[in-house]
Amino acid sequence: MSESAMDRVAKATPPTIARQVKGLSDRAIAWIFIAPTIFLLLAVNIFPLLWTIWLSFTNYRANRPNLDVKWIGLRNYERILSDSDIWLTMQATAHFLFWTLLLQVLIGFALAWLINRKFKGNDLWTTIIVLPMMLSPAVVGNFWTFLYQPQIGLFNYVVAFFSGADPTSFSMIGDVALAPWSIVIVDTWMWTPFVMLICLAGLRSIPDSIYEAAECDRASKWRQFWTITIPMVLPFLMLAVLFRGIENFKMFDLVVQLTGGGPGSITELTSINLKREAFEKWRTGYASAYAIILFVTVFGLASIYVKALNKVKER
Amino acid sequence: MSGYSITEPSRYQKWLAGTLVIVYALITLMPLIWITATGFKSSSDAIAYPPKVLFEPTLEGYVNLFTSQTRQTQEFMEANPPTTWYEEIVREKGMVIAGPSRFGERFLNSVIIGFGSTFFSVFLGTLAAYAFSRYRIPLKDDLLFFILSTRMMPPIAVAIPIFLMFRTIGLSDTHAGMILLYTAVNLSLSVWLLKGFMDEIPLEYEEAALIDGYTRFQAFYKVVLPQAATGIAATAIFCLIFAWNEYAFAVLLTSGTAQTAPPFIPTIIGNAGQDWPAVAAGATIFLVPVMVFTILLRKHLLRGITFGAVRK
Repeated sequence: MSESAMDRVAKATPPTIARQVKGLSDRAIAWIFIAPTIFLLLAVNIFPLLWTIWLSFTNYRANRPNLDVKWIGLRNYERILSDSDIWLTMQATAHFLFWTLLLQVLIGFALAWLINRKFKGNDLWTTIIVLPMMLSPAVVGNFWTFLYQPQIGLFNYVVAFFSGADPTSFSMIGDVALAPWSIVIVDTWMWTPFVMLICLAGLRSIPDSIYEAAECDRASKWRQFWTITIPMVLPFLMLAVLFRGIENFKMFDLVVQLTGGGPGSITELTSINLKREAFEKWRTGYASAYAIILFVTVFGLASIYVKALNKVKER
Repeated sequence: MSGYSITEPSRYQKWLAGTLVIVYALITLMPLIWITATGFKSSSDAIAYPPKVLFEPTLEGYVNLFTSQTRQTQEFMEANPPTTWYEEIVREKGMVIAGPSRFGERFLNSVIIGFGSTFFSVFLGTLAAYAFSRYRIPLKDDLLFFILSTRMMPPIAVAIPIFLMFRTIGLSDTHAGMILLYTAVNLSLSVWLLKGFMDEIPLEYEEAALIDGYTRFQAFYKVVLPQAATGIAATAIFCLIFAWNEYAFAVLLTSGTAQTAPPFIPTIIGNAGQDWPAVAAGATIFLVPVMVFTILLRKHLLRGITFGAVRK
């Protein structure tokens, strides 16, 4: 093979210099590769975050850009934390979070456990079950309002068919008592597969040899389930809950299309409430403080949770 | 010898588990089947009670979706007989086609913004992931966590300053603005997923290439990139699906020229409220590509939805 002059020079020089002759240094490449990502995230995430923090101490209103912006200190925060309406939206969010997480964990785990019986065609059916979670929540949520209609909706018809009740006698999204459940049902329909997939990975990570050993020790199936299966799947399950918890705390698109926060403000989750304050009432400063409080809450809860998760993993 | 194992479920157990899972799958599929079916119903069949399972399929919904219509006088109708099959469908309702609807534009916006942002987030993500995977970088874990944490903010919270920023620099309701925004939002996913894929490529390949006289950069694009091709493709599809489905930013930051399909589809209305066959037709066209991608992606699905935290 013929050598170029460049190669010959490179070979004659000590390795570090050779590299500089032939190309950029490792460190330079590393920074050139990372810099655009960091820069973009600083521009589109951190700069706006700092801006939000600044706005949260002012009375700025985005629909009146010419108005004098006044520094009002912590007053926005005081008003939010003492506002009873905000506590109501927090309650709505808590109800939504609690029930969606509980149902998704129970159904998701049960499904994963069944799929792990390795029946014929389980891969195909897993793929089918997963479909809803990949779809656009806004488009699907909008269509669910059609399924929920008392007169013509498929959901009401099916419920009526099995319960014998009159399908026009209840309205899932129009009734104050039922609306919180209407969003729980659709979210569970959409996201149970997410928990299922993660649980399935957990179940499949348990080596058969552990069960074989337990069988030799004559441990009952029931005991095997509680002392092997559950503890081994727990870290996976907790990870799934973390992801779903963060996502559902931020929930906006699906619920806005389904109920729009109504009837009244019974399903007004924090994100929807925040959108009202920021983009309908245009109380930008107030909404910024609200956003910061939400962010700190998610971040704080997630950090505590991750610590707990790591403890479970270490065991 | 038969392959008997104490951990293998019995045939009866398999049968029972299979039946339960299939029943769940069919229930879960019902809303999706209903969307597809409603798209082919006439407007009276769509709102019939009890809900119609068997019906005469029609393309009325699709025609309504793609056209805007007006009422015309009887003389006009007689003077201009319908020339196309879709004009005929519209004429039966006593309407005429006035022109194309907005759906085509909105769908195209989704395509442009989806593919544009996917390209940039995968491009930048590949570079960053390679650096994170291969080099010693000060504060690496903190940087990676910072990248991930950008995804924890509620979109509405980020939207307030982005809205003001876009208004100031003139990016409101533009394709460029939305591509920039979705690129940034998808970067966390792209970096984390691709770093996972690249960590799995053995270092030996590159070392061999370096010994053969490749520069670091050549080793990156001639050795690592081809090895990571599957991972890059899977990541791209995840980014595309996210941008495709995104609603919160789209509804707050776009109103006309750059509006994507998700905020548009729910606003399709007919004479009385939502025109459900047209909405369902739009939803079908919009959702089917994602379903196809999901099936293609099934092996990497778990990884994608957990940002690479769980690998099979």
